[in-house]
Amino acid sequence: MTRAAFGALLSHWWRNPLQLFTLLAGLALATGLWSGVQAINAEARASYDAAASTLDEGRYDRLVARDGGAFAQDNYIALRRAGWQVSPMVTGDLNGVRLIGLDALTAPSGMGPVSLGGGTDLGAFLTGSAQVFANAATAARLDGVEVLIADDLANDTAVADIGTAQALLGREGLIDSLLVMPDQPVGLPALGEVAPDLTMQAAQGGTDIAGLTDSFHLNLTAFGLLSFAVGIFIVHGAIGLAFEQRRGMVRTLRALGVPLNRLIGLMLAELLVFALVAGVIGVALGYVIAALLLPDVAATLRGLYGADVSGNLQLRPVWWLSGLGIAFAGTLIAGGSALWGISKMPLLAAAQPRALAMAAGRRARWQLVVALVLLALAAVLVFTADGLVAGFAMLGALLIGAAFALPPVLNAVLAFASARAKGVTAQWFWADTRQQLPGLSLALMALMLAIAANVGVSTMVSSFRLTFTGFLDQRLASELYVSTDSAEQTAALISYAETEGVAVLPIQSADVQIAGHPAEVFGTRDHATYRDNWQFLQSSAGAWDATFAGQAVVINEQLARRAGLALGDPVTFGSVTLPVAGIYGDYGNPVGQVVLVEDVFATEFPHVVARQFGLRISGDVGDFVNDLTAATGIGAGQTIDQAGIKAVSLAIFERTFTVTTALNILTLAVAGFAILMSLLTLAAMRVPQLAPAWAMGMTRAALGRLELLRAVMLAVLTAVLALPLGLALAWVLLAVVNVAAFGWQLPMYLFPLDYARLGGFALVAAVLAAGWPAWRLARTPPGDLLKVFANER
Amino acid sequence: MNAKAFVLCLLPVTATAQGFAGLGTDVDGFSTPAPNPVFDFPADHGPHPDYRIEWWYLTANLEDADGTPYGLQWTLFRSALAPYDVEGWQSPQLWMGHAAVTTETDHFVAERLARGGIGQAGVVADPFNAWIDDWALEGDWQMMQMRASGTDFAYQMDLTANGPLVFHGDGGYSVKSAAGQASYYYSQPFFDISGTLQLPTGDVEVTGSAWLDREWSSQPLAENQTGWDWFSLSFDDGDKLMGFRLQQDDGMNYTSATWITADGDATPYPDGALQVEPLGLNAADVPVRWRLTLPDRGVDVTVQAINDDAWMATSVPYWEGPVTFEGTHQGRGYLEMTGYE
Repeated sequence: MTRAAFGALLSHWWRNPLQLFTLLAGLALATGLWSGVQAINAEARASYDAAASTLDEGRYDRLVARDGGAFAQDNYIALRRAGWQVSPMVTGDLNGVRLIGLDALTAPSGMGPVSLGGGTDLGAFLTGSAQVFANAATAARLDGVEVLIADDLANDTAVADIGTAQALLGREGLIDSLLVMPDQPVGLPALGEVAPDLTMQAAQGGTDIAGLTDSFHLNLTAFGLLSFAVGIFIVHGAIGLAFEQRRGMVRTLRALGVPLNRLIGLMLAELLVFALVAGVIGVALGYVIAALLLPDVAATLRGLYGADVSGNLQLRPVWWLSGLGIAFAGTLIAGGSALWGISKMPLLAAAQPRALAMAAGRRARWQLVVALVLLALAAVLVFTADGLVAGFAMLGALLIGAAFALPPVLNAVLAFASARAKGVTAQWFWADTRQQLPGLSLALMALMLAIAANVGVSTMVSSFRLTFTGFLDQRLASELYVSTDSAEQTAALISYAETEGVAVLPIQSADVQIAGHPAEVFGTRDHATYRDNWQFLQSSAGAWDATFAGQAVVINEQLARRAGLALGDPVTFGSVTLPVAGIYGDYGNPVGQVVLVEDVFATEFPHVVARQFGLRISGDVGDFVNDLTAATGIGAGQTIDQAGIKAVSLAIFERTFTVTTALNILTLAVAGFAILMSLLTLAAMRVPQLAPAWAMGMTRAALGRLELLRAVMLAVLTAVLALPLGLALAWVLLAVVNVAAFGWQLPMYLFPLDYARLGGFALVAAVLAAGWPAWRLARTPPGDLLKVFANER
Repeated sequence: MNAKAFVLCLLPVTATAQGFAGLGTDVDGFSTPAPNPVFDFPADHGPHPDYRIEWWYLTANLEDADGTPYGLQWTLFRSALAPYDVEGWQSPQLWMGHAAVTTETDHFVAERLARGGIGQAGVVADPFNAWIDDWALEGDWQMMQMRASGTDFAYQMDLTANGPLVFHGDGGYSVKSAAGQASYYYSQPFFDISGTLQLPTGDVEVTGSAWLDREWSSQPLAENQTGWDWFSLSFDDGDKLMGFRLQQDDGMNYTSATWITADGDATPYPDGALQVEPLGLNAADVPVRWRLTLPDRGVDVTVQAINDDAWMATSVPYWEGPVTFEGTHQGRGYLEMTGYE
C-alpha cells in the first residue's frame, strides 16, 4: 500500500514536470547562491588565515639594512651578543615559490604555521637536509628538496630552516631582516652602536586586516542568506501549488485507507529526496559560481587589505555540508505549512482549484497582520538592538514583514487604480490583475526580496568602497613615508625637503589613557593635507582651524563611542583639556585616537621625537628617493612609497564590482525564473477567465500585450516598493549589524544610478519571464478558448 | 603546534620523552660515561659534543648590606641532536640559557635559546668562556666574571675561587640509578661572589658564595626516573653537602650524596645513606620544606625555601631557589626540583 501510495503521489510530478523543474531548480539555485557565497567566504578565510600565520612577520618591528638589501649574518650575531632579542629571516624565490627561512629557536612563539606531524625528523630539519614545508599545491612545484606537507601554509610559500634556505637560495651568510621581539632585556645598547648599517621598521599591525575582512565577509554572508531567502520563496510557491493540486489525490488515498500519518510521512520523504537532489545540484552550482567569482574576490581582498588569498578553490566539507543543510532546512520551511495544511484537512474536503485563490484571499488578511507585527518588531529592534543576533533578527523581521506586506499593499494599489479606471478594458485589466495577484504574489515577493537585496548590497558595497577609498586617501595622503634613525638624519631630511619645496609632516604619537581607555595622541602639523583628505563623520564648523590653533582636538569614532564623547565634549589627557571639534572614521583600528596640533603635543610630550615623516611629493617618488639617498644617506629601506601602494589597492578594489554585479544578476535571474514559473502555472488556470474577454471581441494579440503589460506593471510596482526596503536593509547592515560586529559604523551613501540600473535589470527579468507566457497566450488556439463555454470544468 | 614549540618538544630536554626532560631516553650514537674517568683540564671545562646533554650550572646565595638574602642562578645547557659538531647552521648542537634572581618576595626568570655553530652561543675551554647572547661566564676558574639579563632584571658578578674542584661519585663518575645510568659530575663549590643585581626596585650591591656544577652525559636517568630533588648545602662551619634524590615512577627513590669538608676533601655516599623527606608543599604542590638526614655525619636538618614561588616558567619548567636550614647544623644553600609540573 505504501508503495502504491508513494507511486500515486509521485505521479503528480510526472504529469507536471514543469512544477517539478521549478521546485528543483528553485531549490538548487537558492542553495547554489548560498553555498557559492559560503565557498568564497570559507576559501578566502582559510586562505588568509594561512597567509596571516605565515606572514606574521608583519606583527613585529624589524631591522633591515639601510639600503634595503641583504646584510651579513655577523650583524645578527653581534646584536644577539649585545642582548638584542632578534630573529633572522631570509626570503627568496625558489622555482617561483617564496621560500622563507627562519630560525625556529629564536623566532617569536606562534610564528611559522608549520604543524608538524609526529614522525618528523627535527634533526634533519635543523641540520641542513634540505627539508622545506609547503602545502600540497605548492609542493608539486618544488624539485630537488624534501617537501613536508603543511596544509596551513599559504600558497606559493615554503618555509625552511634559515640554514637550509640560505643554501637553497645560494645566499649563505646573508640575512634579509631581523624580527625584533616585543620583550627586550634591560640595559640594551642602542642599535647604532651595535649594527650601524641596520634600521628599524615599525610593525605594520595586523588588527586592521582582521577587522576589515571580517566586515566584508559578514556582509557577503548576509548577502548569501538573502539570496537563499529569495530561493525559498520560489520553493515555497512550487510546493504550495503542488500540495494544493494534490488535495484531491490525498482525499482519494485517504478514502482508500492510507493512514494520514503515513501519507504525511511519504510526502515528507518525497520532499527530502527533492532536497537532497536539489542540494547536491545546488552545491555543485555554488562551486561553479565560487570558482568564477573567487579570483576577483581574492584580488579584491589582496589589494584592499594585503590579505593573501589564494585564487584556487578547494572543495571544503564545511560548505558542502552547510549547502546541503540549508537545502534541507529550506525545503522543510517551505513545505512545512503545506504539510500542516494536509494534516488538518478534513477527510472529505472538496478539492477546488479555486481554493488556492479563495484561501489566499483569507490568508491575505492574516499575512497583513503578521507583516505589521514583524515590521513593528523591526522598528522596535532599531532602537533596542544590541549585538549581532539582534541585528540579524531585525534584518529577518524587516525582510519577512515587508515580503508579507507586499500582496496587501499591491492589492490596495490595484484596488485604487481599478476604482479610477476609465473604460471597460481598463477596468477589466485592473480587476483581472487583482484576480491574478494571489497566484503571483509569491513570485512577486521573491522579486521584491531580490531587488531589495540587490539595492541593499549594492549600497553596502559601494558605501564600503567609497568609505575606504576615502579612508585610504586620508591615511595614505602623503606620497612617501620616511623613517629616520637619528636627529642628524631628521635634520638632513628636513633641510633637503625644504630645498626641494616638499612638505614634511611629522608623525609622532604618545600612548595615553582617556576616560579609562587606552588611546594614542598624535601631534600634527598644520597642512592642507588634513583639511583636504580627512573626512569627518561629524564635525563642528572650522574643526581643523580650531585644532591647528590649539583650541580643539579631533578624535576617531572608536574613542567617541567608547568614551561616550560627542562634539564639544572636553577630552583630557595629562595636563591638556580640549573640546572635540570633529570625529573621523578610523576603520579597523581597535585603539582610540586623538589628533592635536604639534605645538601642544610637544609641550605635553617633550620626550617624544618624531622619527617618521610623511612627504608630499608632486613628482616621481622613485626619483625623489634616489635623490634623497644621494643627498642625505637615508636609504631606500627607510622609505615606503605609499602612493604606489595606494594606486594598486584602488585599482584592484574596483574589481569588487565585478563580484557585486555578478551576484546581482544571479539573484535577479532567480527571481525572474520565479515569475516565469508562476505565470506558466497560472496560464492554464487563466484560460476560463480570458475566454469571455476574447468572446467579447478582444483579439488574442491584445490579450497577450495586456499580459505582458501586467507583468511589467507589477514588476515596476514591486521594484518601487523594493527600493525603500533595500535602503532600509543597507542601513541595517551598515549601521546596526556592522556596529554590533565591529564597533564602527560605515557611513551610508546613495547611488541612484545603480538603483535605476537594478530597476532596469528587474524589468528585463520580468519582461523575459512574462514574454513567453504572453506569447503562448497570444497563440492559444481559438478552439481552447471556445471549449471554456462548451465544457464544465 | 608551531615550529618553535615543536623544536622544543624534540629537544632532548623536555618532559615529553622518557624520564624527566627526556633524560632517560636511549642513546643512539652518543658516547656514554664510563667508570674511573681521567679528566683533562682545561679541556674538560669545555663542551663534549659527543654526549647528548651537558650543563654549566651556577647557583649563589647572596645578601645585601642589610643582610637581606637573595638567590641567583646562571645556567647554560647544551643539548645535541647528533653526536658531532660543525660550523654553521647545520650544527646539531642546541643551547639553552636560564638565569634567575630570587628575592624573598619575587622571582625573576629569563630564558635564551640558540643554535650552535653560528657563534650565538657556545663554550670555549681555554681561555674559558661560556656564553649565550649577552650572557656570559668567563675567566680562568680562579677569577671569573658572569652576567645575564632579562626583561625585568640583570646582574653582573665577579667570582673568586678559594678551594679546589670537587669530584662527585667515584672520582667524577656519578651513578644515577640502580640500573647504572651515570654522568660525569664535578663542582667548584668554593666561589666567593660579589656584584650588582639590577632589579625593578633599583640596583643592589650583593656578596655571597656560589657553587658551579659541571655535568655531562647521554642518558643520565633511568627510564623509570621522573625527576629529581637536588640540594647543595653550605654549613656555617665551612663544610658542604651535595645530595640528590631521583624519583622513580614506582614510588621508590635513588639517593646520592657528597660530603665536602672546608678543605675540599670529598666523601661520596651511596644510595640510601642520605635520606630526604618532603615536609610541606607550596600553593602549587611543590615541596618547599624538607628533612634531610645523613646519619653517618650526624646531619638532621630541616630545609626551608627563602621564597616558596621560585618556579622557573621556562620551556622545561622546574623549581630552583635559595634555601636556609637548621637542626643539627645551620646554613644556607640551593634547592632544585624537577618533575613537578
